[in-house]
Amino acid sequence: MNGKSISELKEMARKCRVEICKMTHRIQAGHPGGSLSEIDILCALYGHRLRCKPDDPDWIDRDRFILSKGHASPGMYAVLAEMGFISHEDLKSYRVKGGICQGHVDMKWCPGVDFSAGSLGMGLSFGLGCAIAAKIEGSSRNAYVMVGDGEIQEGSVWEAAMAAAHHELGNLKLFIDCNGIQNDDFCDAQMRMFDIPSKWESFGWSVKEIDGHDMEQIIDAIDWMDTITEVPCVVIAHTVKGKGVSFMENNPAFHGAAPNDEQLSQALQELEVSL
Amino acid sequence: MTRMAATRDGYGEALVELGNNPKVVVLEADLGKSTKSLHYRKKYPERTVSCGIGEQNMLLIGAGLASSGFIPFASTFAIFTERAFEQMRNGIARTNLPVHLCGSHGGTHTGTDGSSAQSIEDLAIYRTLPNVVVMHPCDDVSTKELTMQLPELGQPSYMRTARNKTPVLYDGRAGDIKIGKGIVLREGNDAAIIACGVLVHESLKAAEELRNMGINVTVVDMHTIKPLDTELIGKLADECGAIVTAEDHSVIGGLGGAVSEYIVSANPIPVEKIGVDDRFGESAEADEMLEMMGLKSSNIVDSVQKAISRKS
Repeated sequence: MNGKSISELKEMARKCRVEICKMTHRIQAGHPGGSLSEIDILCALYGHRLRCKPDDPDWIDRDRFILSKGHASPGMYAVLAEMGFISHEDLKSYRVKGGICQGHVDMKWCPGVDFSAGSLGMGLSFGLGCAIAAKIEGSSRNAYVMVGDGEIQEGSVWEAAMAAAHHELGNLKLFIDCNGIQNDDFCDAQMRMFDIPSKWESFGWSVKEIDGHDMEQIIDAIDWMDTITEVPCVVIAHTVKGKGVSFMENNPAFHGAAPNDEQLSQALQELEVSL
Repeated sequence: MTRMAATRDGYGEALVELGNNPKVVVLEADLGKSTKSLHYRKKYPERTVSCGIGEQNMLLIGAGLASSGFIPFASTFAIFTERAFEQMRNGIARTNLPVHLCGSHGGTHTGTDGSSAQSIEDLAIYRTLPNVVVMHPCDDVSTKELTMQLPELGQPSYMRTARNKTPVLYDGRAGDIKIGKGIVLREGNDAAIIACGVLVHESLKAAEELRNMGINVTVVDMHTIKPLDTELIGKLADECGAIVTAEDHSVIGGLGGAVSEYIVSANPIPVEKIGVDDRFGESAEADEMLEMMGLKSSNIVDSVQKAISRKS
């Protein structure tokens, strides 16, 4: 499933954006904004690099992907459907009673989900555990984690950041989806984080900044991550919340609000045009 | 003369023996000397992970390891486990990953460190979590044996251990210890005392004092608070008609809470609870703390008499 071309990855991301809008519209709930900001990176990671087996999701030696910003689950589910872990029909179960697509990604419910997220600040620590396990076993598998920028306001993230460098976890790879918006407002209004790259560098991480919607840059960054083997590394991806749907872009209102009928029509029209 | 030992030593010994299993990993948060995981670190440094003073991170590292097929044992002071409660809930209990958490130095018995260190709510909070087994053994032999059984459990657990030495009850009797099964230490039909941890010893003293008063009681070491041995409690309710629970823990939500919840729904007989009466402790020697909190054998004697007087 790996080895998709840039144009294939872009098309995959476009289809996922359509699904994100449809999923949140169908249940009139969920988090479209952060799903749309993360989706290019998720598509690139799964389509270009992640060692996994959609027909054997529990394969013990797979790379792990931990979506710590678990509310952005529509993006994850859309990618899992594109990769064949789940069906496109399964996407209709998002937030529906008994459905495998729980409100926040859940490893007990959905094949291909490696961690049950929902409370922010937890996924990086879990990723450390996965990375340490791989090291003890002498496996070359990696643990990839994605957090949001607002999420790094959680103190436990920095416990994990410090421990990852201390243990020289070169098999731990982090993406920060820096869309600049959190639940209540813009991050800069809620809690300014100042110089994010310097913070990670000072914690002993190898750092790279990219445009998180430029597929070439994302692929280059994932390839760069492969070259960092002695210390943990982080790609700080500058993204736009709601990317791809004009009225959602950079709009705090669409952190946790679904499009209505009219808005869905417009969103689908825009995403069709961007084909 | 009765051998004296601390439950934390039983934990430390068990970890070293469990090290034969290459899947066992030990996680520390700068208190390995105190919880006694340091012995494991010396023997298996490659499978010991220092998490620094960061309990939230430690628990989720454990979850990640468990999801990869390892059997992590994490320990720190009981009180410090509590700041990672949400990690325990959402990362470990909800996912049912077999991470084994040990909180040492629990209860007011931890003494002169004062109220900040005296966890008196740990058993209550962990008992509320689905999938989590909760234990509070009373001697080093039972602590070791219960710990040895954890790799086969396949679900998460919390165990409270203690720093101070207490009498050893189970030398040569490790085979009697089973997770989820209370142990009857003496029998009598006037009332039953159900205790855990250091209060097991006070309960045995109380039973002796009661015998001199012509009152015969059963004493149970209920080292596992969850799952609760309701079969045994139901039998005791039928045979004795009155129960006193005893624990170095808040009267709210711990062993007393668990037993009361069961009794109320199954066979409403009088239950009296010995525990910390919804207050915080302070700095004092361990025995002084038990006195101050009303956790001594004399308090148990009074409660047994009260429970018996309430029988209809």
